[in-house]
Amino acid sequence: MTHIQDTLAALTAKFGEPKAGAALEAVTEFRGETTLVVARASLLDVLRFLKETPELGFTFLAYLSAWDDWPNEPRFNVCYQLRNLTLSSNLRVKVLVPGDDPVLPTVIGVHINANWYERELWDMFGLKITGHPDLRRILMPEDWEGHPLRRDYPLGYEEVEFTFNFEEIEKKKPYAKN
Amino acid sequence: MPSESEHQLLETTLEDLKHLFSPRAESGDTVVLNMGPQHPSTHGVLRMIVELDGEIVVNAVPDIGYLHTGIEKNMEAKTFVKALVMTDRMDYLNNMGNNLAYCLAVEKLMEVDVPPRAQVLRVMLSELERISSHLVWLGTHSADLASQSVLFYCFRERERILAIKEMISGQRMMTSYFRPGGLWRDVPAGFEDAVRDFIGYLPARLDDYDALLENNPIWLDRTKNIGVIDGETALAWALTGPSLRGSGVNFDVRKAMPYSGYEQYEFDVPLGQAGDVYDRYWVRMQEFRQSLRIIEQALKKLPKGPVMTANRKVAPPPRSELGHSMEAVIHHFKLWTEGFNAPKGEVYVATESPRGELGVLLVGDGGPKPRRVGWRAPSFPNLQALPVMSQNYFVADVVGIIGSIDIVLGDVDR
Repeated sequence: MTHIQDTLAALTAKFGEPKAGAALEAVTEFRGETTLVVARASLLDVLRFLKETPELGFTFLAYLSAWDDWPNEPRFNVCYQLRNLTLSSNLRVKVLVPGDDPVLPTVIGVHINANWYERELWDMFGLKITGHPDLRRILMPEDWEGHPLRRDYPLGYEEVEFTFNFEEIEKKKPYAKN
Repeated sequence: MPSESEHQLLETTLEDLKHLFSPRAESGDTVVLNMGPQHPSTHGVLRMIVELDGEIVVNAVPDIGYLHTGIEKNMEAKTFVKALVMTDRMDYLNNMGNNLAYCLAVEKLMEVDVPPRAQVLRVMLSELERISSHLVWLGTHSADLASQSVLFYCFRERERILAIKEMISGQRMMTSYFRPGGLWRDVPAGFEDAVRDFIGYLPARLDDYDALLENNPIWLDRTKNIGVIDGETALAWALTGPSLRGSGVNFDVRKAMPYSGYEQYEFDVPLGQAGDVYDRYWVRMQEFRQSLRIIEQALKKLPKGPVMTANRKVAPPPRSELGHSMEAVIHHFKLWTEGFNAPKGEVYVATESPRGELGVLLVGDGGPKPRRVGWRAPSFPNLQALPVMSQNYFVADVVGIIGSIDIVLGDVDR
């Protein structure tokens, strides 16, 4: 059995069969990659189990990000890209977060490097990370309103200033000094 | 009123950041200073707020986002091929590397095969890109610490690589040369000679730079035992690339999860021991030579053949076909108007950029535009580990440590 098959067997033994509403909600395979959808409440347990069980050894959180499936619900698909470095084995753990309750627990206790990634989740998607020691915007300015990577946030642009409309546009800017 | 709102912004910032500094900052025992975002040695618009006890760094908090241009959001609004053009501009010292990561993700999602000639050329150009990026790193790093002369020498060598890039794509930096399915077009005659000349020319130059720096007492003073991070901590913070290998951890995406035919090439992965600035410098100096080895092997095995996949659903047909084939016209029309449709699903592809693991999380939704292009930029987690690396060193060393992690703000902020 491959490492991923062993991992899925161990997870099923510990958390139960993957089915909707359970701790493990689904297991999908696409283009040779395995994605494990877990319930939000069991996220930390699953990540800790994957990291601390020696035979599984998913100790490396390569990437943490999300994508917005709006207007479909649950809209936020949060992807934790895990890796076993010795076997070069990759596994994606996904959590589906609904739009009316965009809250997620922090995984800093398991993977300390998730710190800035979770700040980016807050900044870009508006996912409130409970338990995060320093949840503030990371890429956008501190006083920005809105969460840019959400699908219902417009792709805005800045009006081009020519000499004939320069004054007009400058007046509309937030820190304009007239 | 403008002055009031500016005043309010200042107060809010200090209050919000109090939790990042030790209680000694409030009592005045330590000083909280601002470094950047305009600073000659922070390698871009990086703002650091450092808490200093005299000259010793107690905590260094990076504040990023000054170069955020919303590339990920922008890519969602463009078709797959048009979005590729934006990828050059992220890690602007590794243009073709970014192209490659994105193309590999699209090819994985669309299940497209890349012809062998294109694969070998991709490897060759990625390694040239690695050399070019390391040259900028070496130049700027040594300019910060010891000598500006190395800066000018390195940029002189880099000019040769930029000339090669201009020869193949017309652009010195933002080439967009790799396309989903292969390459934009074949390399011109004279490309192989230019590359061969370059790899014959560079080793002597590298020896020169080694002679200038490796046993230089000033260099050793400013790099040995500075910014030490051990392998385990580095892995916990998800450092990758030469910053991780300087601490002795053997992880290189080209060896662990080979892509584009890297398993066919013979090359070593240099490892440091102490995890200090000097070891990270040494690892990159060795990587120069390993890249030259790979390019030489690629030149020897470069096969003839097409450079674009024959899959007409993804790659446009050659213009000569449009005169006599109706299917070619239809494919051309579809690709130029709507673009190819991707299936629903997510793929994650990792490549080895000069900075570390550059990964793309590409999500397709059945339409011609990507649902999400998430970039696992290596400089983002590498910079996160900066406070860990710079605690208890002098503030003057912070500049050297930033240089040794080799961040590019385009990568960090996207």
